[in-house]
Amino acid sequence: MEGIVGYGAYIPRNRIKVEEIAKVWGADAPSYKKGLMLEEKSVPSPDQDTITMSVESAKNALKRAAIDPVEIGAVYVGSESHPYAVKPSGTVLAEAIGATPEVHTADFEFACKAGTEGMYVALSLVRAGEIKYGLAVGADTSQGAPGDALEYSAAAGAAAFIFGKEKVVAEAVETYSYMTDTPDFWRREYQYYPQHGGRFTGDPAYFKHVVGAGKGIMEKAGLKASDFDYVIFHQPNGKFPFRVGKMLGFEKKQIEPGWLVSKLGNTYSGSSPLGLTATLDISKPGDKILIVSYGSGAGSDAFIFEVQDRIEEVRNLAPRTQQLLEDNINYLEYGEYAKFRQKIKKAE
Amino acid sequence: MTTPSRYWREIPQRYRLEANKCQSCGTVNFPPRLVCPECQKRDLVATKLAEKGKVISYTIIRVPPHQFIDQAPYAVGIVKLDDGVNLMAQIVDCDFEDLKVGMKVRIEFRKIFDEGEAGILCYGYKFVPD
Amino acid sequence: MRDVAVIGVGMTKWGELWEKSLRDIFVETALMAFDDASIDKVDSMYVGSMSSGLFVGQEHIASLLADYLGQANIPSTRVESACASGGLALRLGYLEVASGRSEVVLVGGIEKMTDVSGYEATYALGTAADQEYEGYHGMTFPGLYALIARAHMEKYGTTREQLAMVAVKNHHNGSKNPLAQFPFEITVDSVLNSVMVADPLRVLDCSPITDGAAAVILCPAEMAQKKDKPVVKIAGSGHATDTIALSSRKDITWLEAVYKATQQAYKEADKGPEDIDIIEVHDCFTIAEICVLEALGIVEKGKGGDAVEQGLTSLKGKIPVNTSGGLKAKGHPVGATGVAQAVEICKQLWEEAGERQVKKARVGLAQNMGGSGGSSVIHVLERA
Repeated sequence: MEGIVGYGAYIPRNRIKVEEIAKVWGADAPSYKKGLMLEEKSVPSPDQDTITMSVESAKNALKRAAIDPVEIGAVYVGSESHPYAVKPSGTVLAEAIGATPEVHTADFEFACKAGTEGMYVALSLVRAGEIKYGLAVGADTSQGAPGDALEYSAAAGAAAFIFGKEKVVAEAVETYSYMTDTPDFWRREYQYYPQHGGRFTGDPAYFKHVVGAGKGIMEKAGLKASDFDYVIFHQPNGKFPFRVGKMLGFEKKQIEPGWLVSKLGNTYSGSSPLGLTATLDISKPGDKILIVSYGSGAGSDAFIFEVQDRIEEVRNLAPRTQQLLEDNINYLEYGEYAKFRQKIKKAE
Repeated sequence: MTTPSRYWREIPQRYRLEANKCQSCGTVNFPPRLVCPECQKRDLVATKLAEKGKVISYTIIRVPPHQFIDQAPYAVGIVKLDDGVNLMAQIVDCDFEDLKVGMKVRIEFRKIFDEGEAGILCYGYKFVPD
Repeated sequence: MRDVAVIGVGMTKWGELWEKSLRDIFVETALMAFDDASIDKVDSMYVGSMSSGLFVGQEHIASLLADYLGQANIPSTRVESACASGGLALRLGYLEVASGRSEVVLVGGIEKMTDVSGYEATYALGTAADQEYEGYHGMTFPGLYALIARAHMEKYGTTREQLAMVAVKNHHNGSKNPLAQFPFEITVDSVLNSVMVADPLRVLDCSPITDGAAAVILCPAEMAQKKDKPVVKIAGSGHATDTIALSSRKDITWLEAVYKATQQAYKEADKGPEDIDIIEVHDCFTIAEICVLEALGIVEKGKGGDAVEQGLTSLKGKIPVNTSGGLKAKGHPVGATGVAQAVEICKQLWEEAGERQVKKARVGLAQNMGGSGGSSVIHVLERA
């Protein structure tokens, strides 16, 4: 049996409220709050980035996996905010957890889908018998341009998964991916902020691919929406996951445990993976979980997991995602947020 | 600008808290040493520091060296780790008014500073409230 | 080993000496010492300088300064032990004369600190700490002494006001020293309301950035007897080191290097704390003076703050400490400080200290310290 052996999350403590951002730009906060179901988002401190959050989420995954890190044969970091343009994030992660030097390492980038990409590759290598354990992290400290709609949601967080054949917490029952070339959101090299296609990011992008992958994996597995206890969709805002859930026949209560976006924001590559860690935290043996990611450009990876008895043993070995979302919160004013995110022009 | 070698060679200590222990008197040295400062014996074996401890003393740096300007003000403390070793590092994710001698902290992996816009990123350990 | 005496001293006004270069400041000061000793050449010289490389981009200054002093070709040695560089230069000059290797030796100390920005000066001073395990984490010198202060306050109940009283006392003394960088009085209130630098230390707890030099001329005591000044001998010298990383010490409130160096100097001088009339201590930060008084054995462990509060160390107290104004008011051109301490002790013993003269002072002690106590040099000087 292959599947998740350990999982871990990491969320920075800083938050900024939608009202605080809206106030600066003279925007209508209630419309973001009601229309997009966003209340606040996480913000990294100046000393946090995709690499540091990857390390912390991976350490939490290792606590639950309770394995020797030298047995990890692959380390993948999926992100659209790798701190270096050239030089891997994965090598720092592999070194920090003590998985070097006999390890395959790669960085992935596919907008918000890079995390599940790494998960798919790590799982596949385990299935192929190439490695004993594989670690995949989805992490981002994404930036929206000041004043852009994305500024209300672009957040920071990371989720890590260790895949293996022994000590499985959640069996990977099925996988499926659905891709087309759809330029709904992009960032050119040397550009600081991304561009997006406005409403074009909806129907032909997010909804087409999430529905495509969701339908595809359920058909492949011979399952229907009501066969699942929980479902996690990529969460660019609060509304989209519920709308796409309805399109695929899911009910609100199946979505809610992994729906973190209103208090967390969109953590990009960490978004649906953090939804999965939050769902695993409250799941019971036998539960079936569907996760469908989405990355602009565009495509979705889907996985079906079946929770195993070992969940009860490992659940409390590391902080729960909901706990990370609620504990030791620090609310920022826009000025501090602008300083933390290096949006202030200073003297050389 | 320094070459990355200076940063690179400290990675085992900074990423994984690698230390060494005197087989003769049990003293744990961080960073690892070639000779035990307590008994002058040279039989030292690799070990790792504990990741939790208590604050012995702390300060808040308000006039920082230039690489730390974006982080200032920030707290730095000396922590007695559970294995008895004293370690200096920043204390983060803690409001300054909550800092106190004796408070429990644990290690987190953070960026320490960067060598300018185009230089390398320097990572390592900091303390957070436990 | 033969007895060694000081026969001349030199010190010019300290401060931000914008118009003067490192070599100008040094030569001017050394020539004052030459004149004071009525000599025009020396057999060799030692120069204490912590970081002429980082402050003015000039290394190899021992040769440069010998040349500009008109003493080209003599043996000239630069000495570095962070802020104890000057004290250590004095010790080496003393040992050279005591050993019989040289007759007349110049010991100078120099730092030109204002040619770099405040950030660069902070960095240069910070190199006296463990760069890989203290500096790497954003630690600074005020920060290191702040850690000591917090621990001392926790352990012994030393108060924030007592720290301030050190600065107030030293500024009072400095107000009577025309060569001091800040020759004016301050109050406890002004210290407590000054800008925070590294909690709990504020800017008026800290010694300043200073340009300055100091110089003394050493010779055999026998030769000194032929001069018209009273003979002031170096009765004892001590030098010790400690871990430069503060976190490696078992007790961060205790300065073991100061203690060890003091014991050596007391032994060599055949003196104890009870024999000392005046002291110059390394008050780079107010807490340092408190910890040093304890390590010198002037007061018990933990009682340094009380001693200051009770006036024991004031100009009119039982053991006046830092009659010159200390590093706090006189200024702290790091490499020069240890030599300047000896200059002040000599002026007091020669009764040349003007308004701040301590009556009947016969024995003085100078305590110079590097880093957060990673090195310390002690000299006991005695008027014959």
